Amino acid sequence: MSTVTTSKPSTPATVSAAAAVGPADEGRIGLRGNLRHIGALVRRNTLQIKQDPESMFDVVFMPIIFTLLFVFVFGGAISGKGQQEAYVNYVVPGLMAMMGMNIAMGVGTGVNDDFKKGVMDRFRSMPIARSSVLIAKIVVELGRMMVAIAILLAVGFMLGLSIKTSVLDLFLSIGLSAVFGASLMWIFILLGLTMKTAQAVQGMAMLVLMPLQFGSSIFAPPSTMPGWLQTFTDYNPLSNLADAARGLINGGAVAHPVWVTLAWSVAITLVTMPLAVRKFRQKT
Amino acid sequence: MMDMTRNDKNPLNGSHAVEVRGLVKHYGETKALDGVDLDVREGTVLGVLGPNGAGKTTLVRILSTLIAPDAGTATVAGFDVVRQPRQLRRTIGLTGQYASVDEKLSGWENLYMIGRLLDLPRKEARSRADELLERFSLTEAAKKAAMHYSGGMRRRLDLAASMIGRPAVLYLDEPTTGLDPRTRNEVWDEVQRMVAEGATVLLTTQYMEEAEQLADQLTVIDRGKVIANGKVDELKARVGGRTLRIRPVSSADVPGMARSLAEAGLDGVAGSQAVPDEGVLLVPILSDEQLTAVVGLLAARGYAIADLGTYLPSLDEVFLSITGQKPSSEDSAQQTEEVAA
Repeated sequence: MSTVTTSKPSTPATVSAAAAVGPADEGRIGLRGNLRHIGALVRRNTLQIKQDPESMFDVVFMPIIFTLLFVFVFGGAISGKGQQEAYVNYVVPGLMAMMGMNIAMGVGTGVNDDFKKGVMDRFRSMPIARSSVLIAKIVVELGRMMVAIAILLAVGFMLGLSIKTSVLDLFLSIGLSAVFGASLMWIFILLGLTMKTAQAVQGMAMLVLMPLQFGSSIFAPPSTMPGWLQTFTDYNPLSNLADAARGLINGGAVAHPVWVTLAWSVAITLVTMPLAVRKFRQKT
Repeated sequence: MMDMTRNDKNPLNGSHAVEVRGLVKHYGETKALDGVDLDVREGTVLGVLGPNGAGKTTLVRILSTLIAPDAGTATVAGFDVVRQPRQLRRTIGLTGQYASVDEKLSGWENLYMIGRLLDLPRKEARSRADELLERFSLTEAAKKAAMHYSGGMRRRLDLAASMIGRPAVLYLDEPTTGLDPRTRNEVWDEVQRMVAEGATVLLTTQYMEEAEQLADQLTVIDRGKVIANGKVDELKARVGGRTLRIRPVSSADVPGMARSLAEAGLDGVAGSQAVPDEGVLLVPILSDEQLTAVVGLLAARGYAIADLGTYLPSLDEVFLSITGQKPSSEDSAQQTEEVAA
């Protein structure tokens, strides 16, 4: 092929006798190896929860407290006194979207904490794909999210939630929440890797979350909101996810909000995942 | 000093397991490494001795592919740290200054996880975890979370974790810093055992004594530069094994005593050193015979001695005798690293 057989890499920092003989880097990890590593790390994260059961408090109590609060505090005001049950069917699909966001937020502080520990140096000096540490974290957090959604639905059913479509539609709404939740986790992982302390991550996350959560159709229909805010809620991915879940559980048109939610999920993941993995690689 | 049995599994052929040439790493204005060269021969232990902030941890982090050098080259087991990090990671084991195990996992789970991450089949990962816990006397604590381990147990678990993949080259970054003497001896015993089995080790330490115990060769670094290189005995001879501290009744006698010893050739390679403020003379001592001769000579010359005693040189004195200056006392490089981390 090339006739210039004597040429050497131009950067002196990367030249060495061994490199001149050996191939550039053949240590790429195959898919099966990657899955095995992710599996071992998922086991690690799960055992951590076992050792520290208090870390499950949020996913157990958040859905109970939020559902009771919103149904009984706002339910009457929004759906009419004594009409709380109607509000249950409105707010529970919305809360499903919110669970995803709140749990995703915790991933950022978790990653930030994890990085302060020596074990991260060990992982990074081992022959594993560095992304597998992050992916394992996301898998476990999705599991926690499923627990939160199960409890949310259980509380919902006790308060009179009814599925007006089919179980399949219910599962589709859960799946959509998981897809969107996973994409949000990449944002918070990126934040967690970028910011210096877990508190800073928490503060920053709250700043982003509050307007997104309340400037949405999660808690109340946007029809009473001023026009500029309605425009905001129209594009707010949380509104779309809440609308999609609501449509899937209560019936009605779902195609538009489902596509918008999926588009947001893909876009967020495509932008933030490579940045997060890169940041993770460059961490020193 | 140590049994240097060759390890047949070792892929290296008696050459340098680690080769570092002109390694440079800056943190802003601070030069953590400023052109470091060193070699570790296969099957030997290289001690990298230096004070806090000398650049030892930076060196280990570059050799572990955790950070990239700004200039220079480094190869481990023939693999380049910049160009072949993935292959390189298969050949190394790292035991850091801070125990790098998962605190919330039990000892057994930590080792099993690392076995799986190193692609051992489940069964082998299990048996390797059992085997290493046994070897490092941790079987009883196997099921306890590492957070409940004592400092020494954690360090042993950390060593065990580094051994799972039977690495060709092992980095021990200040393996006994912060341990009490008894625990320190336990760790030393384990390291000596690994070396006897043929491991190649790069050991960083702040303690002369630790380097003496474990290392075949020594590289002394300060402020990111290599300031001395050689076999432990050679360096010790240059520094003086012990120092005899003599305080005559009259401090005016100090120069005369020094002259007498120099004339008799009893003041060691580096020469004796007067400390006028304290009225004492420091004499490097390499053997008991020399010690006896020094005392005998001074007595024969009629010097009245108020006090005398020997002590081992501190790392500061090692530096003083090698470089003629005090080691960098401020930890600037180390601190910069922590900020960057």
